[in-house]
Amino acid sequence: MSAGLAALRDIARPTRGERRRLALAVAIAVGAAAAAIALLATSGYLISRAAQRPPILMLMVAIVGVRAFGIARAALRYGERLASHDLALRQLARLRVRFYGALRPLLPGRLREGQGSGELLARFVADVDTLQDLHLRVLIPGLVAALVALGAGLAAWLALPAAGLVVLAALALASAVLPALSGALAARSGRRQAPARARLTAQLLESVDGAAELALAGRSEEHVARLRAQDAELAALGRADALAAAAATLLGGALTGAGVVALMLVAIPVVDSGALAGVLLAALVFLLLASYENVLPLPLAARRLRACATAAARLQDVCAQRAAVVDPRAPRASRGGGELRMAGVRFRYAEVEDEREDGRVDADADELDRAVIDGTAPRTGGDHGDAWVLDGVDLVLAPGERVALLGPSGAGKSTLAELLVRFYDPQAGLVTLDGLDVRELDQEDLRRAVLLCGQDAHLFNTTIRANLLIARPDAGEEEFWRVLRAVELDEWVAELPDALDTFVGQDGGLVSGGQRRRLALARALLSPARFLILDEPTAHLDAPLAARVMAGVRDAAGERAVLAITHDATLLEGFDRVVALRTARVVVSDDRESAVAA
Amino acid sequence: MAAPVDRRLLRESRAARSHLALAGLLGALEAALILAQAVLLAYVIAHAAIDHATLAALRGELIALAAVLLARAAVSGGFELSGRWGATRVMSELRRRLVGALLVDGVGVDREERSGELAAAAVQGVDALESYFAGYLPQFVLAALVPLAVLGWVLPLDPIAAGILAFTVPLLILFMVLVGRGAQAHTRQRWRALSLLSAHFLDVVRGLPTLRAYRRDRAQEAILGTVGERYRAETMGTLRIAFLSALVLELCAMIGTALVAATIGVQLVDGALGLQAGLTVLLLAPELYGPLRQVGQQFHASADGAAAAERIFAVLDRPPALAPARAAGEVVVPDPRFESIRFRAVSFAYPRRPGAVLDGVDLELAPGETTALVGPSGAGKSTLAALLMRLADPTAGAIECGGRDLRMLPIERWRARTAWVPQEPTLFAGTVAENIALGDPGADRGRIERAARDAGIWDAIERLPHGIETMLGDGARRLSAGQRRRIALARAFLRNAPLLVLDEPTAHLDEASAADIASAVARLARGRTVLAIVHQPALAAHADRVVELREGRIVGVTSPAAQAVRAAAPTEARSDEDAPTRAASDAAVPV
Repeated sequence: MSAGLAALRDIARPTRGERRRLALAVAIAVGAAAAAIALLATSGYLISRAAQRPPILMLMVAIVGVRAFGIARAALRYGERLASHDLALRQLARLRVRFYGALRPLLPGRLREGQGSGELLARFVADVDTLQDLHLRVLIPGLVAALVALGAGLAAWLALPAAGLVVLAALALASAVLPALSGALAARSGRRQAPARARLTAQLLESVDGAAELALAGRSEEHVARLRAQDAELAALGRADALAAAAATLLGGALTGAGVVALMLVAIPVVDSGALAGVLLAALVFLLLASYENVLPLPLAARRLRACATAAARLQDVCAQRAAVVDPRAPRASRGGGELRMAGVRFRYAEVEDEREDGRVDADADELDRAVIDGTAPRTGGDHGDAWVLDGVDLVLAPGERVALLGPSGAGKSTLAELLVRFYDPQAGLVTLDGLDVRELDQEDLRRAVLLCGQDAHLFNTTIRANLLIARPDAGEEEFWRVLRAVELDEWVAELPDALDTFVGQDGGLVSGGQRRRLALARALLSPARFLILDEPTAHLDAPLAARVMAGVRDAAGERAVLAITHDATLLEGFDRVVALRTARVVVSDDRESAVAA
Repeated sequence: MAAPVDRRLLRESRAARSHLALAGLLGALEAALILAQAVLLAYVIAHAAIDHATLAALRGELIALAAVLLARAAVSGGFELSGRWGATRVMSELRRRLVGALLVDGVGVDREERSGELAAAAVQGVDALESYFAGYLPQFVLAALVPLAVLGWVLPLDPIAAGILAFTVPLLILFMVLVGRGAQAHTRQRWRALSLLSAHFLDVVRGLPTLRAYRRDRAQEAILGTVGERYRAETMGTLRIAFLSALVLELCAMIGTALVAATIGVQLVDGALGLQAGLTVLLLAPELYGPLRQVGQQFHASADGAAAAERIFAVLDRPPALAPARAAGEVVVPDPRFESIRFRAVSFAYPRRPGAVLDGVDLELAPGETTALVGPSGAGKSTLAALLMRLADPTAGAIECGGRDLRMLPIERWRARTAWVPQEPTLFAGTVAENIALGDPGADRGRIERAARDAGIWDAIERLPHGIETMLGDGARRLSAGQRRRIALARAFLRNAPLLVLDEPTAHLDEASAADIASAVARLARGRTVLAIVHQPALAAHADRVVELREGRIVGVTSPAAQAVRAAAPTEARSDEDAPTRAASDAAVPV
């Protein structure tokens, strides 16, 4: 928790503008609270004074005051809600930009989409969302409660110093004890219940998933009994926690009551002695009763603070990772016109993972482990994780050349592609562009020349046009249709109701897998890069279409070099050269027949 | 005000009813204490302020006041306790019924699609129910009782103030309903804006590798800022309107209190009212508005609690997938090793879903024969297999084995004759050995090892850190898709049942694993009646017969093995196997 709070201070420190808005929101909120308190206190005074039967005019000020406070209260509360929500939204927008910036150098080198990091990214986004509560539900209520306690204490002190102390003490005690107690109880309950809940959830999940298998094996009743026993265990914990929570509520109520009684005990003798006007007694009691309202949101604020701190700690962990590749201090400029070359490259993910397992992000390492064992990762496996994915690979791509890279899945083709655009650096060997080590170039400079259209190329949840524009922001209508024609999507797009302005949905969910792939390919063709690295460009396409699209891509590439990576040996027609990759090594090069045979 | 699900909760759950009754009792107590507190406070203040009464003179009243305040604290504690216990009890009650419904009564044919969400609702849902029982319900009860009690008390003291309060309460309720709607609309609006923003952020974050490849990652930073600012401006526009109804509600309560204070003041000056009575009324005014305002704010708690329960009710409402047990006494359960299985005009439709999944299927599975079931997804292949295993019963027609309707057989004993290898087998928390022995918990180590060897997973098991004692299941070591299927195969080997149902065990595997598993399947199929669901036509080549399903009907029966045999040895023609027929062929096919 304390580490979380430090992270929170670090991460959610407001900007100057936000601090100003926070001050404004708190000021309005305090005004609203003061108006509500003043309404009741003035009413108490008004009635007590009226009982002395003064001329009615004497009461007019109080009567007008009471109404004014009532209206002011409602209006200020409205203003406070607007101000606080505005602040929360502004801060959220800023935090998103900030964490995007922190994440930018980490993807894909550190957190790879599609290898169990999807959940991690979703949590990252959720954690950023959580932080918006910090001002809205933690800081503002907390500051308001503190200021109200001080103000109410001061007001009471002006009437009777001892009463001021009682009011201040009563409010301060309630503001400190209740949230602390509530927070501690919530934490304790979480600690005790979380494992039981996780066990029950896991058991429930596997029993539901495997219900048919259990039924066939005749083991259903046994699992039902086991689930019910776990349920009883969890319910018992829940009851114990409820008892503690109820005790805390009782204590809170008792504290409130004690404050009122203490105020009476202090004030009545003074009224009795004539040192305090009797009319103020009612005002004092109403003042205290009304002030308590502002303590009520604090227990919730304490719990939110805890949630924010946890989120902040996790975010800090993610952002503290080192980028997989960094730009050189004094980048050199590529001259253009030369080749893209890979010489003696050896690469393995082991070091990437080891650094991560240094305790930076535990869950992440866990995810990776799972992904590896599931066999979904393109690595050679977690059981022998230090195996080389690429072990001494040489490859040349000359300007304008059409090369196919053939190899079975798991051979390291995608890794090779990512090394060419420097998402990683190899452990040994060199990747060069125009004869310069790519590590001496600015990353942007390299990627201006070399474009990777990866297997997991992302379609953004926007229009086809906007997705294509990513490749070349100044592209014109004609160019869109040219690249769409190359992948045989032109007719399809033209027939869509909104044509280029059709939305593709979340993850391109509104278009089919094959169309998604071809849109990504069209986007790559729009790019002005000299070298196009296309990873499985024709996945999800049937054989005749795949062959046509491959040909279309070769034509549309024009002057640009193309490295097409595929596992399909039937698509090699029309390439200048075929290179075969077999488990970490390029075994055959420059000869189509032997490449296929390999 | 109560949504239908609330009513349903109360109707169906004894625990929910008893806690509502308890809340009612506590609410009545609270109302009485509110009145007592106001009267005592007014008495003490009036006597101290006007009569300058001493502490000693007010001792009894002060002690009573302290007692009342403490009692109010106890009542709020009671609300909390009752609410949380209620949530725990109700959730536990619902979970128990859910478990029974899912595992015993209605296993059904379709796998629970979003089991994760369901499990989360059943476990974490207790939090939402807690805010419902401990937050919404008490305020609801108080909102119903306290205003009436206060009005009843104020009326004889000060009819004018009572009139003002009585006039504002319906107004307040009207606005509260409006606010409730507005708040819901506002919450939804805000939630939508936020989730849109969130989704956009997630989209961008997940697309970062693509953005980097196109050098757009830096530019996107500015776009994120612009989008955030635009959404903020839009959201603030809707909030300005949404908060208005809350403003009116607040104004109503505040002006009501202010008016009451003013009229009391005027009556006091006129001498029509005593100070104590006036103070009592003034103290009671905010107490009257309090619960009404609170209950409006708890609307969402009610909705969330209902949503958690609703998810569970949706499962409980499913009609049972199996016909009521009709088996009586000692019955001989036919053995598919010797008796053939016949589907007679079998149809199946999901309740409350249009269209039949299976529509008049006639099929015979001869003893020892391997039948491959092919067809596009959604053709009814899995349903047909599920009916055969009696995970559900046909809605029309019958399945018979040895001439006996399966529904007439004791379900456990029929299921004991079957072994199933699903495409995505479930691994249960437990050791590898326990997982293999799922269908035969008493099996000894030697038999388990033999089954694992037969399934071709023994070597992989030996490489695990604790061998066959390695823990599997959630949170423990994960196996690859191929390994999981081999565990399922080992289960089937160990179970040694005469009827084997396979759901394409080689789908989505690399060539080597697929070949390994295919040969294990061939060993397993020997001497058993096999129904294999096959998605790739090539794999059906080894079957004795291939049955093609399309939209719930059999559209073709072919016999690839027979064709192959005839091609090799024309004299052994089995002509009756060739023609695609809708009815199953009765010819026995030697394996």
